Amino acid sequence: MFASENGLKGDPRLKAISEAIRVVPHFPKPGIMFQDITTLLLDHKAFKHTVDIFVDRYRDMDISVVAGVEARGFMFGPSIALAIGAKFVPLRKPRKLPGEVISEAYELEYGTDCLEMHVGAVQPGERALVIDDLIATGGTLSAAISLLERVGAEVVECGCVIGLPEVKGQCRLNGKPLYILVEPREMDNCC
Amino acid sequence: MSALRDEDPRVHAIKTKIRVVPNFPKPGIMFQDITTLLLDPKAFKDTIDLFVERYKGKNISVVAGIEARGFIFGPPIALAIGAKFVPLRKPRKLPGDVIFEEYTLEYGRDRLEMHVGAVEHGDRALVVDDLIATGGTLCAAMSLLERVGAEVVECACLIELPDLQGRERLNGKPLYVLVESH
Repeated sequence: MFASENGLKGDPRLKAISEAIRVVPHFPKPGIMFQDITTLLLDHKAFKHTVDIFVDRYRDMDISVVAGVEARGFMFGPSIALAIGAKFVPLRKPRKLPGEVISEAYELEYGTDCLEMHVGAVQPGERALVIDDLIATGGTLSAAISLLERVGAEVVECGCVIGLPEVKGQCRLNGKPLYILVEPREMDNCC
Repeated sequence: MSALRDEDPRVHAIKTKIRVVPNFPKPGIMFQDITTLLLDPKAFKDTIDLFVERYKGKNISVVAGIEARGFIFGPPIALAIGAKFVPLRKPRKLPGDVIFEEYTLEYGRDRLEMHVGAVEHGDRALVVDDLIATGGTLCAAMSLLERVGAEVVECACLIELPDLQGRERLNGKPLYVLVESH
């Protein structure tokens, strides 16, 4: 489930990726140690490594769809899709997609929300990946899996850059494999 | 400015992949939907390639993408040209210290935020979004970048709505678009 246990043990790219992620304490509310990937996006090498690791894993798996969860999934998903020759499907918050949609409600780590996908974007029988920056409780990703399965796609795997402790020890989400690059960063200096 | 894009065969295909959705988000608006372009791997790749060909080797150090559709096109461009990617976001999404700029939309009013420290003095920047309408959002984006001392080299969009005169609003900053929609 973690890349380091799945063939990439000791890969220096994982260390570079982990170190490029910034921890912001008490965001969006007290007690949450927010894993900020924007600093990873500022590090061109580490950002490229992130995409390359996913691309190397998925390029020969006959994936025809990469679904990215709004909004941080949009920062990683399209580059993966382009490199493996798959289409990219944005999974969005309510009322953002202009055409006819299907919706799935879910619970967040901190609140509730709803995910939507355009009707017709994904066909029955397509092999799909779901990409997001982070998995916490798995609620959002579960909703994403539901949307894809409801239109008859096969979810091959969920890929995330960071996996929070709630998912440690779980290799699957709703029966779907999970692939995670790094664990969350701790605060290096106590402030 | 617009390049010789009308002569590039890839551009015609890109234009045909964009879906127009009438009366979204409100009556009278003909919404330019790029999600159908993203469903065509070749057309999506051609879109990115057109921008990368234009900006590679121009010493661009930052690609700033406007939430949320700028997040779809900006990062692949940034990765291909060796630049960092900076998301410009709606309020209260970015977790760290931010600076913000207010602006009026084609349909409403909003605020754009950028992380402090993401862009440095002297950075050469591109601003990327899927579409330019009135130019309000792009102007706010350019402001944020210029306030921290970056040079905005160009604004890059897939689609321009020329009737809304966004180009004129950009204060002389160059604008590069792939397709126009009247």
